[in-house]
Amino acid sequence: MLQPEHHHDDSPPVVGILAEFDGPVTLKAAATGLRQVGYAKFEAYSPYPVHGLYEVMGRKRTTLPRLVLAGGITGCLVALLLQWWTNAIDYPYWISGKPLFSLPANIPITFELLILLGALAAFGGVMVFCNLPQLYHPIFGCVKFRQSSTDTFFLAVDADDPRFDETATADLLRSLGAESSELYRQPRTVKRIPGMIPATAALVAALALLPPLWIAQVRYARKTSPRIHPILDMDFQPKYLPQQYSPLFKDTRDMRPRVAGAVSVDAIIGHVHLLRGEVDSPPADTFPMPVTSEMMLRGRRRYDIFCTTCHGLAGDGDGITSQLAFEREEPKWVKPLSLHDQPVLGQPVGQLYQTITHGIRTMPSYRSQIPVEDRWAIVLYVRALQRSRNATMDDVPGELKKHLKSIEQSDAGIPNAKP
Amino acid sequence: MSILPLDDNMTQEPTRRARLVVGPADAASITETVCAITERPRPPAAWYAAFAMSAAATGMLFAAIGYLIATGVGVLGNNSPVFWAWPIVNFVFWIGIGHAGTLISAILFLFRQRWRTGINRFAEAMTVFAVACAGIFPAVHVGRVWVVYWLAPYPNQMGVWPNFRSPLLWDVVAISTYGTVSVLFWYLGMIPDLATLRDRAISWWRRIVYGLFALGWRGSAAQWHRFEWAYLLLAALATPLVLSVHSVVSFDFAVSQLPGWHSTIFPPYFVAGAIFSGCAMVVTLAVPARSLFGLKSLITMRHLDNMNRLILGTSLLVAYAYLIELFMAWYGGNQYEAFAQLNRALGPYAWAYWLMVACNVLAPQLFWFPKCRTTPWLMWVIAVLVNVGMWLERFVIIVASLGRDFLPSSWGMFRPTAVDVMMLAGSFGLFCTLFLLFCRYLPMVAMAEVKGVVPPHLGSNGVQ
Repeated sequence: MLQPEHHHDDSPPVVGILAEFDGPVTLKAAATGLRQVGYAKFEAYSPYPVHGLYEVMGRKRTTLPRLVLAGGITGCLVALLLQWWTNAIDYPYWISGKPLFSLPANIPITFELLILLGALAAFGGVMVFCNLPQLYHPIFGCVKFRQSSTDTFFLAVDADDPRFDETATADLLRSLGAESSELYRQPRTVKRIPGMIPATAALVAALALLPPLWIAQVRYARKTSPRIHPILDMDFQPKYLPQQYSPLFKDTRDMRPRVAGAVSVDAIIGHVHLLRGEVDSPPADTFPMPVTSEMMLRGRRRYDIFCTTCHGLAGDGDGITSQLAFEREEPKWVKPLSLHDQPVLGQPVGQLYQTITHGIRTMPSYRSQIPVEDRWAIVLYVRALQRSRNATMDDVPGELKKHLKSIEQSDAGIPNAKP
Repeated sequence: MSILPLDDNMTQEPTRRARLVVGPADAASITETVCAITERPRPPAAWYAAFAMSAAATGMLFAAIGYLIATGVGVLGNNSPVFWAWPIVNFVFWIGIGHAGTLISAILFLFRQRWRTGINRFAEAMTVFAVACAGIFPAVHVGRVWVVYWLAPYPNQMGVWPNFRSPLLWDVVAISTYGTVSVLFWYLGMIPDLATLRDRAISWWRRIVYGLFALGWRGSAAQWHRFEWAYLLLAALATPLVLSVHSVVSFDFAVSQLPGWHSTIFPPYFVAGAIFSGCAMVVTLAVPARSLFGLKSLITMRHLDNMNRLILGTSLLVAYAYLIELFMAWYGGNQYEAFAQLNRALGPYAWAYWLMVACNVLAPQLFWFPKCRTTPWLMWVIAVLVNVGMWLERFVIIVASLGRDFLPSSWGMFRPTAVDVMMLAGSFGLFCTLFLLFCRYLPMVAMAEVKGVVPPHLGSNGVQ
């Protein structure tokens, strides 16, 4: 029973009246009654959802479904945009000639993101619309209210309601079937968080900044000792590299000198000039075989097959691979040197041969694809390309010289080159 | 409506609605039954024994993972030609287990199957823990775990994006969505029950901890209105999600060109198998849990009977899929496909195939008999057999197909290492540890939902 109570200055303000009901049916009837009388600011509490209760209280239906729909549509669009931009525009994946963006292959991700954002909207929405988390509410001050999550039904009328009156509202609630009712107030004393807790939290937060700061310092500082290497991947492998220490041998070198009396394979075969492109150690200046026009034609065909993709038909370094790499702005592509510029122009033929054999910089070795004689043939053709590019009129044979001069003198100016 | 006996809800008369809660139950007694499990000073001795064992197994799992990461994937049995071996078998197995939880909590909710209220909470918990176990395996077997974030689409200095048309990336997105949505669904449904635990709390720390997780839930009409909408919408989202997840997992196989994998039946076949294995896991967990924690009035024999009928039904679906695979191998006329199927049944892994058939097709047939559907120990044994059978199914699909591919010169056998076995056993340990902690500290039955379905003359003047 409600005790008649007068508002003294020392008692905290009343928040409302809490009335207890014995079941969902009476609760719903009482909520209907309150509304009919004209009350607007009241709330019903139940241990499980009572269907129809919210409607008789005259409240607006939640907009949560629309929020979830918006979340789903957002997920759908985000997924489509993400897949289209990343896989078709920014980093195109060419897979078996299939289109870069086609709906069927992109459905699974789109569907999952639709569901994910819809579900996040549903959960986030219910939290926002229910004002959760809200760890404190004045109604928690009523000891009786703790039964509301077990088996008891309550109506709480706010003191803010214009019709609210401590006695009249209590009487009305009783007449609507309340088993009991009580006033509930703002708490008399507000329990404050002990000052130690925020201070400790601030200290912990400050200390938590230290590890990232330390990492940043280590990352950017100059040090003479090697970096910490926490993730090894395969950076340190148990193998010997040139110029390393080895405890296996007396001289502690891992590179072994030639065993006394050993004869090199080259020495046995004897074709150092042919196979290595060397004459007495420095790169050879001459060809190891007689130069013929068949060899020149052979070299041209081999050059067209193996070299033009990067170096271009005339050796300017503008082959299709090179062009494509520039179109796509491949960050790692290094344009091959033009064969008509220094330093390639000044290189002896032996060095060109060695470059084809061993590769250089990003150019791989062609030792396994191109046989020895063909490599020399390519070198010969490269020499011809270089010579033709840097030729003067004096290099042209007699009859052709006349022909060229006649072209020069004519107005057409278009070279009518005949092989 | 005629009065039914209080303690029996096994009636099959179509004119009478069977009780969902047996015994003299009302809102207060339901609350007491469920909350008492977490409020009693000590759990039963069996809980301690089970917890000690599963915690030890969990320790073993993490030790094995630590060893794996420190040493390299070579410690697993995966090797040419069976590169997808034990870890992927475990992954698909655990993901499948989770599916029954979503079936019960979301699909049966949409179909208004009110009996789900007794078992949905712990079936959902099972889903969350199974997804956690599943997620471990693909993550640790990629080799360099520390760069596993490369799977995520983020702007990076390599200038590369993940390939969104790869089934493996679909898998990553589907599993992480499934895990997230399952946790949200589970937690949202639990908030009112956490509030009950908070309101009943006597000790300071229980009030604080449950109070924090209950987020200040008050059970007002406005909150219930939004809660019910959110729950319904999440159920509506989770239903197609759960069907998509195992479909996407099956794409990992079906989109490849390996005989025995490249098959259009895979998505429905995998979904049916997943629900089949998940229902079996529900029975495996429910039978001991309901007797250990005194929940027989809420998780009734009728619940178990229903689960066993689901197991029987999905077992028939799975059996149909096995038959269709054989039929298509013959009817399709592709010699590699025919060989792949024959190799499963008659090849080096025939023992696994026939054990799988015995566990998945033959054993559940016992559920045609009502006696078998209502005898706890018997249904438990059958459910465990189904779990074994479903693990073997994934083993047969993955290992037997990879071990015998197109070129006989590259054939090989898979042999698990000790680390493989430890990781499988350890994942069961992790699953059981999480489940035991859940039983002890969280409301095992969705109290608020069950209170809404107690018979009208027993509830406090309520109508349904």
